[in-house]
Amino acid sequence: MNRTTIDFWVGIFVLIGIGAVVFLALRVGNLTSLTTTPSYRLEAHFDNIGGLKLRAPVKAAGVAVGRVDRIQLDPRSYEAVVTMRIDNGYQFSKDTIASILTSGLLGEVYIGLAVGGDPQMLADGGQIGKTQSAVVLEKLISQFMFDKASSAPAPAGAAK
Amino acid sequence: MPADALGRGVRRLGAGTINAVVRIGYAARFFVAILTHSPQSILRVGLTTREIYFAGVLSLVIILLSGLFVGMVLALQGFDVLEKYGAGDSLGVFVALSLVRELGPVVAGLLFASRAGSAITAEIGLMKTTDQLAAMEMMAVDPLSRIVAPRFWGGVISMPLLAALFSVMGVFGAYIVGVRLIGADSGTFWGNMRAGVGFWPDITNGIIKSCVFGVAVCLIAVFEGYTAKPTAEGVATATTRTVVIGSLAILALDFVLTVFMFRGMGAK
Repeated sequence: MNRTTIDFWVGIFVLIGIGAVVFLALRVGNLTSLTTTPSYRLEAHFDNIGGLKLRAPVKAAGVAVGRVDRIQLDPRSYEAVVTMRIDNGYQFSKDTIASILTSGLLGEVYIGLAVGGDPQMLADGGQIGKTQSAVVLEKLISQFMFDKASSAPAPAGAAK
Repeated sequence: MPADALGRGVRRLGAGTINAVVRIGYAARFFVAILTHSPQSILRVGLTTREIYFAGVLSLVIILLSGLFVGMVLALQGFDVLEKYGAGDSLGVFVALSLVRELGPVVAGLLFASRAGSAITAEIGLMKTTDQLAAMEMMAVDPLSRIVAPRFWGGVISMPLLAALFSVMGVFGAYIVGVRLIGADSGTFWGNMRAGVGFWPDITNGIIKSCVFGVAVCLIAVFEGYTAKPTAEGVATATTRTVVIGSLAILALDFVLTVFMFRGMGAK
């Protein structure tokens, strides 16, 4: 076979191979959402983050506006410090409330932002003051059980 | 004599073991020799291009078709099970993760070992049988840099590209079956896939795997060809060994790499 023909086919092969990798990166993976959109950082302190993971979405009114960038424990207050990356296109007021929510009973854990009415906006590196921790299902159940247990004897005692 | 037969059996087992260890040592030395002879073959790009054509371009049809069918079957089977747990929306993630992490590199590697690896072994083995390698040495042409290294590098370059194409075709096949045929929602299919598959841990690990498999299969192929007994039967045995050892090496390496990549990340 002719040398140029071989080079031509090898060139096509390498091109579509690289195209496949790019397709995997952009269409199947989520490389774009990581690098291309410029973003700024916000910080929030939570008592308990439940099952929140790195790269979990940050949503306002159900719309994804950013991702969780870093999760740390504050060594003095023993609170979880969550750093989020928010797309530059979105601004949030200073009295925004961040809460840790779950989509559905077994769905993914995300941070929901509820916007307040303060005219001043949070800047890069700003801290969200008001937060709501994750609802831990076990705690909820045990609370419910103990409430039942402590309130159940009362009517019996009243009847005596 | 049963005792005598037992002794002979033990002796044969020992000889076989020692032989295997010697071959592994020889293969390691051969690998280093290929690497040191590579610069000359890389300078003459035409040689390597020709081997990419034979190992990569001619494997395209089998790789693309297999990828398509594997993706379509994955979508059918996956949808069936996922739907039982009300997780039919996760079809895209399921298919993409299994293809990118495991099936793409492994199945493409197995096909590559039997399609291209066996051809490399047979070619080099036959060259040796017909004394072409010896003739080259007589002409002061080093067969390692003229014959072996280009075939090795041609395969190593082709393998990751073939694995990536396999994964893409698989995702495409799953899209055809899942979205067009079964009727899963196109938006959730792609959206969940993009949310669930990360470039850094998942796709790069798949690419690393396919590169490792490429090196392993190509080394086994050229080594078996180069050390084949110079008879018709010897070449046949060497070709079979390439496919068998190459496939086993891929599966074993896959297990080791998976342990490192996905267990090592811990809590992510």
